[in-house]
Amino acid sequence: MTTVDQAVRDGIGTSPRRPDGTLKVKGEFAFSSDLWHEDMLWGATLRSPYPRARIRGIDLTAALALPGVYAVLTHEDVRGAKRYGLEIADQPVLAMGEVRYQGEPVAIVAADHPETARRAAGHIAVDYFELPPVTDPEEGELLRRVPVRTGDPHATADVVVTGEYEVGMQDQAFLGPESGLAVPAEDGGVELYVATQWLHVDQKQVAACLGLPAEKVRLSLSGVGGAFGAREDLSMQVHASMLALHTRRPVKMVYGREESFYGHVHRHPAKLRYEHGATSGGDLVYVRARIVLDGGAYASSSTAVAANAATLGIGPYEVPNVDMEASVYYTNNPPCGAMRGFGAVQACFAYESQMDKLAAALGMSPVEVRIRNAMTAGSRMPTGQVVEGPAPVASLLARVRARPAPPPSTLDLRELPGGVANTTHGEGVVRGVGYAIGIKNVAFSEGFDDYSTARVRLELIGGEPAVLVHTAAAEVGQGVVTVQAQIARTELGVERVTVATADTTVGSAGSSSASRQTYMTGGAVRAACQAVRATLLARVGGAGIVGGKVVNAAGLVVADLAEAIGDEPIEETVEWRHRPTYPIDPETGQGNAHVQYAFAAHRATVDVDVELGLVKVVEIATAQDVGKAVNPLAVEGQIQGVRHRGWGWH
Amino acid sequence: MDFLQPSTWDEALAAKAAHPDAVPIAGGTDVMVELNFDRRRPPALLDLSRVAPLTEWGTDGDMLRVGAGVPYRRIIEELGGRLPGLAMAARTVGSPQIRNRGTVGGNLGSASPAGDAHPPLLAARAEVELASVRGVRRVPVESFFTGPKRSVLAPDELIAAFRVRTARAGEQFAKIGTRNAMVIAVCSFALALDPVRRTVGTGIGSAAPTPVRATAAEAFLVAELDWDSRGAVPPGVAAEFGRLVAAAAAPIDDVRGTAAYRRHALSVLARRALVWAWEGLR
Ligand SMILES: Cc1cc2nc3c(=O)[nH]c(=O)nc-3n(C[C@H](O)[C@H](O)[C@H](O)COP(=O)(O)OP(=O)(O)OC[C@H]3O[C@@H](n4cnc5c(N)ncnc54)[C@H](O)[C@@H]3O)c2cc1C
Repeated sequence: MTTVDQAVRDGIGTSPRRPDGTLKVKGEFAFSSDLWHEDMLWGATLRSPYPRARIRGIDLTAALALPGVYAVLTHEDVRGAKRYGLEIADQPVLAMGEVRYQGEPVAIVAADHPETARRAAGHIAVDYFELPPVTDPEEGELLRRVPVRTGDPHATADVVVTGEYEVGMQDQAFLGPESGLAVPAEDGGVELYVATQWLHVDQKQVAACLGLPAEKVRLSLSGVGGAFGAREDLSMQVHASMLALHTRRPVKMVYGREESFYGHVHRHPAKLRYEHGATSGGDLVYVRARIVLDGGAYASSSTAVAANAATLGIGPYEVPNVDMEASVYYTNNPPCGAMRGFGAVQACFAYESQMDKLAAALGMSPVEVRIRNAMTAGSRMPTGQVVEGPAPVASLLARVRARPAPPPSTLDLRELPGGVANTTHGEGVVRGVGYAIGIKNVAFSEGFDDYSTARVRLELIGGEPAVLVHTAAAEVGQGVVTVQAQIARTELGVERVTVATADTTVGSAGSSSASRQTYMTGGAVRAACQAVRATLLARVGGAGIVGGKVVNAAGLVVADLAEAIGDEPIEETVEWRHRPTYPIDPETGQGNAHVQYAFAAHRATVDVDVELGLVKVVEIATAQDVGKAVNPLAVEGQIQGVRHRGWGWH
Repeated sequence: MDFLQPSTWDEALAAKAAHPDAVPIAGGTDVMVELNFDRRRPPALLDLSRVAPLTEWGTDGDMLRVGAGVPYRRIIEELGGRLPGLAMAARTVGSPQIRNRGTVGGNLGSASPAGDAHPPLLAARAEVELASVRGVRRVPVESFFTGPKRSVLAPDELIAAFRVRTARAGEQFAKIGTRNAMVIAVCSFALALDPVRRTVGTGIGSAAPTPVRATAAEAFLVAELDWDSRGAVPPGVAAEFGRLVAAAAAPIDDVRGTAAYRRHALSVLARRALVWAWEGLR
């Protein structure tokens, strides 16, 4: 190993400004909804008003007759695969003979004005025959059941607490609605500019549905206004491309706020039944749990969500006997899929509520019960997997507990439940303090071939060393562009780093999800930089790059960096993988399914008006093990953001 | 769509008479939402923002006359001392942007049972001044609303102003929302105690087809309050007042809350508001 340049400005561990920050604050950032092309048409989608119906006929005449309308397409115009999906291709590009959820796309329109397109969609006459929808997942068709069993299924305990919990649907509600621009290309393909989380998985599905080879569907990332899982599945990608190929004109589609709620998957509502048994001393003996997830009309990533709920469903605790089953069902509710936390949070609500109940039953403090049962490095998960990375569960809990308590609220209305709506001047208000800790897997699990690709080029520009980093990692607001540049600066000792727009001319980076992009694409950029550096050092017999100089093992300068590069740029492309994971046994749930884990502890201080049921969140203290903070400010931003997300989920 | 832009009040009244189906637009915070969502396509809009007198207020003895186009922000800043109940309600409306544009005239025009200006205007026994080319009439707020989003406003009429006695103290407004700000009322309650005239006024929002008064509760309180020595409100009186206010509501179950919660919350708000208003006078 060679040494890296710790002194370079804006490298790892610092918080350089993000390139989009000022633009976003000033309202000047170009989002995918701002895309424009000469001659472009506007697309609109007709969606089902019913959660379940048979389609007996579609009459396009009136829509096509509207002046300014260029195309009205249905499933009959889908030239390739008629269905798509992240894990199971079960979702029709456009409804075929039936609709399975309210908001399902039935037909698409291209017109010379967005208003005309919307009106034309309204002129499409669909003959629906309504059917009774399945809205209760326990009456729906099973999509996946994930059992995880370990130890004695009949274990008994001194103290037993049970509970049934229900959590509702949640929406990612990103600020920039689904939007993009499809431009027909001369080779019969399409150039697609979109806001997405994973360009290559879009490319694969779009190409299949268009009946084109992947290389004829070229995607570039456009300004993304938030994602949170809601851009993992396709929305307008195939539709805009179909319209563009059909009309031979660029086609832009932008969902409105209301349409956006129909345009993407949501967090699975869940019913969770738990039984916890513990010794009278407070040691967990067993957990039995049944989790029912409402998958909605199509599979999306439901199968993986269910696996997370099952494998992480007892929380970050050591429990010798576990009998867990998470099941996800099809219904006629809106499709559910990826959203921050991905199955782990639904379970967290239940197991942490159980830990509170257990503490009450034992007469112990809620933090103490948690700390007593906390997993550590070396603990065994109920899947049999040994926790190899750090697992500072007890210390995170101790840290939030040790924070000074927030001061009592003053009588300023803004500090009271109800706020300036003036519902209390202190009457009925009591303060509650609650603790919780959650566990989440990092990166993709269950044997998925999870990798990222980075291309790094070191060259002289105007006589100065400069680095170009090119990956397909989607910047969705999390700061992956900034982080890639920081890593390249530190690895190559070069301040001038440009990160190229993410597109499909470089290999896949995998998704901007599962807390994986800094780790995976960051890892790929680091590996590509190391390869570049190795080539460079070999050229001049150096051992490291420090302060713009190549030095030998003794620390003596052997060449100027610029000299060493000369007129021969060095470019390396690397695919980087985390250690492999494995599928779990379908009967017992045993297996090394996950790469590693992240933990988050919270202490919430909340004032509640117990007569009116109004609340004021006074403070949420958070402790997380973030490993090395590559960009401390961005890490804090992520923690702030997700804390608000959790806050809104009640 | 036609866009009519009168610059004087007479022109505005003439335009409304000539185009009774024109929709007046003041701050636009209700109208524009309906247009943007394509819920309404009126043949014409009648823009009132250039009609200066609508944005003025003045006194007439101990009465205030406030133009229909005075936005919430100015109600809070300029009239907070004279109309404390209405100012408290104005402070709960939407966000700063909405309070900059939204007007009490527009709130009355929409006549939503959840409009936040309505309960304090009811409690203060305000009058709405309606005008047309035919003349001017004054309608007590209580008889202004005829149903959900319906009022006595005739097709050729505009809302000119509201008139109300200045209060300075003895007024309260409280509103329940599904979160602590930027929220439509689940239910709301306004109270006005006038120690000089020894009257009690109430207004209930979002708990009946229209904003309503709790007349039995008012009468009860007039009789029970210790107007002479202004002694503390006995807890039993406050509780009974709350019960009577809840009984005056006719709430429904909807996405924002259940009828039972609304009744319960009104009784709590009424009880608390009474204590605060009375303490403010002692
Ligand atoms: C984000 C948001 C938050 C909101 N929050 C609240 C809230 O917390 N509480 C609340 O009560 N409301 C709320 N509203 C609704 C709205 O802001 C209020 O009803 C406001 O008072 C409307 O005033 P305006 O001047 O904007 O009315 P406009 O939208 O201009 O008009 C509203 C109606 O009144 C009519 N009208 C206006 N002026 C006159 C006139 N002089 N004569 C006759 N008719 C007239 C119009 O034709 C229309 O029917 C909110 C709205 C938004 C968009």
